[in-house]
Amino acid sequence: MTVSIEEKASFEFKGRMLMATVLYLKDLDSRSLHQQISQRLEDAAQWLLDAPVVVDVAHPEEASQVELLTAVDTLRGLGVNLVALARHPELDDQVAAMLGLGSINLANGRDVARSEPPARTGNSKAAPAAAAEDTLVVEQPVRSGQQVYARGDLIVLAPVSTGAELLAEGNIHIYSTLRGRALAGVRGNEAARIFCQDLDAELVSIAGHYRVAEDLPDAYRRKPVQMSLDGDAMSFADLMGKS
Amino acid sequence: MTKIVVVTSGKGGVGKTTTSAALATGLAMRGHKTTVIDFDVGLRNLDLIMGCERRVVYDLVNVINGDANLKQGLIKDKRVENLFILPASQTRDKDALSQEGVEKVLNGLRDMEMEYVICDSPAGIEKGALMAAYFADEAIVVTNPEVSSVRDSDRILGILSSKTRKAELGEGDIPARLLLTRYSPERVERGEMLSVEDVQEILAVDLLGVIPESQAVLNASNSGAPVILDLESDAGLAYADAVARFIGEERPHRFLTAAKKGLFGRLFGG
Ligand SMILES: Nc1ncnc2c1ncn2[C@@H]1O[C@H](COP(=O)(O)OP(=O)(O)OP(=O)(O)O)[C@@H](O)[C@H]1O
Ligand SMILES: [Mg+2]
Repeated sequence: MTVSIEEKASFEFKGRMLMATVLYLKDLDSRSLHQQISQRLEDAAQWLLDAPVVVDVAHPEEASQVELLTAVDTLRGLGVNLVALARHPELDDQVAAMLGLGSINLANGRDVARSEPPARTGNSKAAPAAAAEDTLVVEQPVRSGQQVYARGDLIVLAPVSTGAELLAEGNIHIYSTLRGRALAGVRGNEAARIFCQDLDAELVSIAGHYRVAEDLPDAYRRKPVQMSLDGDAMSFADLMGKS
Repeated sequence: MTKIVVVTSGKGGVGKTTTSAALATGLAMRGHKTTVIDFDVGLRNLDLIMGCERRVVYDLVNVINGDANLKQGLIKDKRVENLFILPASQTRDKDALSQEGVEKVLNGLRDMEMEYVICDSPAGIEKGALMAAYFADEAIVVTNPEVSSVRDSDRILGILSSKTRKAELGEGDIPARLLLTRYSPERVERGEMLSVEDVQEILAVDLLGVIPESQAVLNASNSGAPVILDLESDAGLAYADAVARFIGEERPHRFLTAAKKGLFGRLFGG
C-alpha cells in the first residue's frame, strides 16, 4: 500500500528457467553413495558437477537428520553442486535450512520419476534393440505437472499437456500436439532440434535459447514444425520442408 | 469380483459427489450390489445428496478406527435395493485416513461381495484424494468444460498413472474415463465454454458421458434424491446413459447441441 508503483524497479523476473538435475536418493548410506557417485563421475558423468542438483530423498520418513547431513556432505565433498532439497510432507521445513540448501517443490517431477516409461526400468526383460541407447520413448500423454527427462533423444507419441515439461539432452520429437514446454539440448547441445506434429507450446528451447508462447511465429502455430538454432535465435521451419 | 472406482477431478465443485451418487444409484438400479464411499473427510456431503443424512450413526473413520464394524457403518439405501452408503465424518481430519485402514474397509466390502465400490474423492491432490484413488481399479475424471477444470483433470490423470497401487505394483495405468459435466451447448456455441471435442482432444481419454447443466441437479440435491432417479430430466437421462456405457453398453451421446429455448426445450433435451 505504501509502495509507489512509479518506483524504479531494481529487479526483474526473468522467467522460470531453472535447469536442475534431480538426484533421487534411494539410500542414504554415505559409503555406498560415495562409491557409486564417484564411479559415475569417472564414467564421464562430469555434467553432474556443473549442473545444479536438487536432492530428493526417497524415504524421508526413515531418514534421520544425521544421515541426511552426512549424505549431503558426501555429495558436496565430491563436488556435486547441490542447490536444494526437494520438499516433502514428511520432511521438516527446517531440514533444508539446516543442510544449507534451498527448498524446492518437486511433487510433480517425483510423480514422473516413478511412472517413468518402462524403457529404463524393465531390467528383467531385454532392452528393446530398436531404440538407440539413450533414446527415451514415451507412449502415454505427458500430463500437466509431469516432467520427462531424456539423457539423449526424447520421442513422445502422445499429446504433451499445458503444464508438462519435456527435457532432453538431445533432440525432442513429438508425434502429436505440444501444448507444454519442450527443452532440447539442455546440456548445451546447440545442434539439437525439436520436431513436432502440432505446435501449441508454452515454451520451446534449444540449449537455453528459448521462445515463449507469445513469441512463437504465427505462421507455425498449430502446424507441423521443426525448430533449430540459428546462431542465438530459434529458427522455425515446416516439418516436411526443405531440410 | 469387486470393482473399485474412484470419481475424481482435481478441481473442486465440478460434480464429483453428484456423479458418485448418480453412478452408484444407477448401478444398483441395474441390480449390481454397490457401495458409495465419501472420502471427503471434514466436509461430508454425499449423505445429503443421497438423502440419508438423518440416518448417519458411524462413518468411514469410525470403521477405520474400529469404533464400529463395517456393517454398522454402512447405511442401506431406502429407495434402491443393493445400494449402500458409507458416509464421511464431519469432525475428524484427513489424517485419519490411513492406507491400511482404507484397505481394510475395501477388503470388508469385497467379503460382502459388492460388485462396485464408488469412491467419491475430495477435491485437490492431498491425502484424501490420494487415498480415494490408491486402491482403484478404474477412474472417472469429472471435468467441467472450462480451462482450469480441464487443466486440473489433466493433472489428476497424470497422478493416477503413478499414485495407485496398480501403478506401484507395475501393473500400469488404471483405465480412466472422462465425464464432462455442467455442459451447456448454448454457452459452447457462444464460445464461452470449451466443446466436448476440445476437451477430449486436450485430455486424450475416452469419453464416458456428457451431463448437461441442469436445474434438475439442484432440485435433486435439495430433495436428497440422486438425479438419476429423475428420468424425466436431461441430467438424469444423461447419467443413465453414462451408467450404461460404464458397464459396457453402447449409447450415443445426447444433449450436445443447443436445445430449443424455454422450459419444454429443457425438459425434452436436445
Ligand atoms: N449437471 C449439473 N447441472 C447443474 N448443476 C450441477 C451439475 N452438476 C453439479 N452441479 C452443482 O454443482 C455444485 C457442485 O457439485 P458437487 O458437490 O457434486 O461437486 P463436487 O465435485 O463433489 O464438489 P467438491 O469438490 O466440493 O466435493 C453443486 O451445487 C451441484 O448441485
Ligand atoms: Mg464432493
